[in-house]
Amino acid sequence: MSRFLANRLLRALITLFLTVTFVFIVLRFSGDPAEQMLSPDATPEAMQAFRERWGLDRSILEQYLFYVRNIASGEFGFSYANGRPVIDVVTERIPKTLILTGAGLVTLILIGVPAGIAAALRRNTAADRITMSLAVGGYSIPSFLLGLALIYVFAVELRWLPSSGSGDWRHAVLPIATYGLAGAAGIARFTRSAMIEVLDQPYIRAAKAAGIAPIEIVFRHALPNASIPIVTMLGFNVAGLLGGAVLVETVFAWPGLGSGFVRAVSQGDLAVVQFMVLIFTAFMVSVNFTVDVLYAVLNPRIRLSDHGAH
Amino acid sequence: MALTSLPGALRLSTSGMRSPLSIRLAMLWLVAVLAIGIFAPLLAPHDYLHQSPLERFLQPWFLGGTPTHLFGTDYLGRDVLSNLLMATRTSLVVAILGSLICALLGTALGFTAAHFGGTVDNLIMGFSDAMASVPFIIFALAVLAFFGSDPLIFIGLVGVASWERYARLTRGLVLDAATNGYAEAVRITGAAPLRIYLRHILPNIIGPLVVQLTINFPEIILLESGLSFLGLGIQPPLTSLGLMVAEGRDYVAIAWWLCALPGIVILLTTLAVSLAGDHLRDRFDARLR
Repeated sequence: MSRFLANRLLRALITLFLTVTFVFIVLRFSGDPAEQMLSPDATPEAMQAFRERWGLDRSILEQYLFYVRNIASGEFGFSYANGRPVIDVVTERIPKTLILTGAGLVTLILIGVPAGIAAALRRNTAADRITMSLAVGGYSIPSFLLGLALIYVFAVELRWLPSSGSGDWRHAVLPIATYGLAGAAGIARFTRSAMIEVLDQPYIRAAKAAGIAPIEIVFRHALPNASIPIVTMLGFNVAGLLGGAVLVETVFAWPGLGSGFVRAVSQGDLAVVQFMVLIFTAFMVSVNFTVDVLYAVLNPRIRLSDHGAH
Repeated sequence: MALTSLPGALRLSTSGMRSPLSIRLAMLWLVAVLAIGIFAPLLAPHDYLHQSPLERFLQPWFLGGTPTHLFGTDYLGRDVLSNLLMATRTSLVVAILGSLICALLGTALGFTAAHFGGTVDNLIMGFSDAMASVPFIIFALAVLAFFGSDPLIFIGLVGVASWERYARLTRGLVLDAATNGYAEAVRITGAAPLRIYLRHILPNIIGPLVVQLTINFPEIILLESGLSFLGLGIQPPLTSLGLMVAEGRDYVAIAWWLCALPGIVILLTTLAVSLAGDHLRDRFDARLR
């Protein structure tokens, strides 16, 4: 297991390294960083100070090392839009995004996994077909459309919930429902096929033949084995939630990382864009690593591999 | 999961006779969308950019409007039907070009990784891991922030959306196929590697790649419409389905159809491709069994 995890940790570090390098290269290739990162009316002294601080008057390799050192010491510069430190602009939005995506993840698991299990147990019945048709539909609808549809029904027609903003819990209901419904579709389909595959295994038939209660077969024998691919899939779902945040937060005017990123991109606030790309990557890398750890813990073939079982 | 006979592709089309109703409807819709993509300028009843300030927010005929504007008019008095046809065309062109670039790039890199192995393989797979671990829309927005939105940049960007999936799939399939007898046999006759890959291995692994294309295509439509919805994709005077939803968004309360109509086209198209793709995959699986 430790070799497996060391391998995954190495991959995570490579991903971070590639992202930092990618941002560096793109920043250098798209024009003079001093002009791009500072406002157009910055004084020549400010420009010069910026160039010195980021080492822009040196060779590319030295610039790169400078850049990495600055990032490592938390130097990200100032927002072009309002002059505040980038770190403050970005970090104040993190909790807002975590609340929505966290609640969205819980919602999609609570809807998707039971729906998938139920469909697998009633394979090829009307209930299975209806569940899966809904799932295919949910999988095909873009999250921003689903969000707009929910706004139309619950905010415009019924007037039960606010359409945008982030005042109290009522503002969070529609965005969380958007994440939950859109994500549940994929996970339901996946859970169904993972369960069906496990239910066809000889050991399940043996358990049935041995007269073990169906409910025990499902929860003690089938689900733990099906959970390995499902957990891997949930990792992709977190990526989906984070990517979806860009759209869903914009639809609901929710002041999180996603809408902040869109705003920074439209305003050309490159200092903020650059830092946010790093934050998103760091977040995804840690999520993927967590999934790998979970995967190793759930899968005895990997958990025990250091003891010569592999 | 090596596919060991080429005529399978032909069998696939003849066995389409027994397709369920949903698949036939999906196919019908896709043919219609394709026709719209080709003939949109001829089909559009009005100039899609023509504004008419006195005819803003006309209702569609199914809500009691006039047949002159079948789907009503938008906030500038432009004909919604004409806009919808042109938007479908733009979105379709972006999605088709994007999917093809993606498939060619990914497959080529997959072959390269499988052929050279070692460092080249590690490098390509390392990049593909990195790509897969960051949501693509974040990457895309970052590139648009640095380079600005231009139709060519945009298509290129959509075209690198999921190359890593093709690369990984192709690499696996090629490594698997290379151990099969037929590849070895051709190699012994002295055929060049490129010839073996393109003439002998590619036809045998094309099935899973086509299935991957049907999985990817709806995602590319969603990516295009998402980026355009954010105002960072297709720019006016061009129009796209996502852009239409974005423009209609502010008028949901008074003219919901401005969002709903392009939304329905997006939904039906992604749904149709997904259904057709699932069907295709079942066919391939059935042949493998």
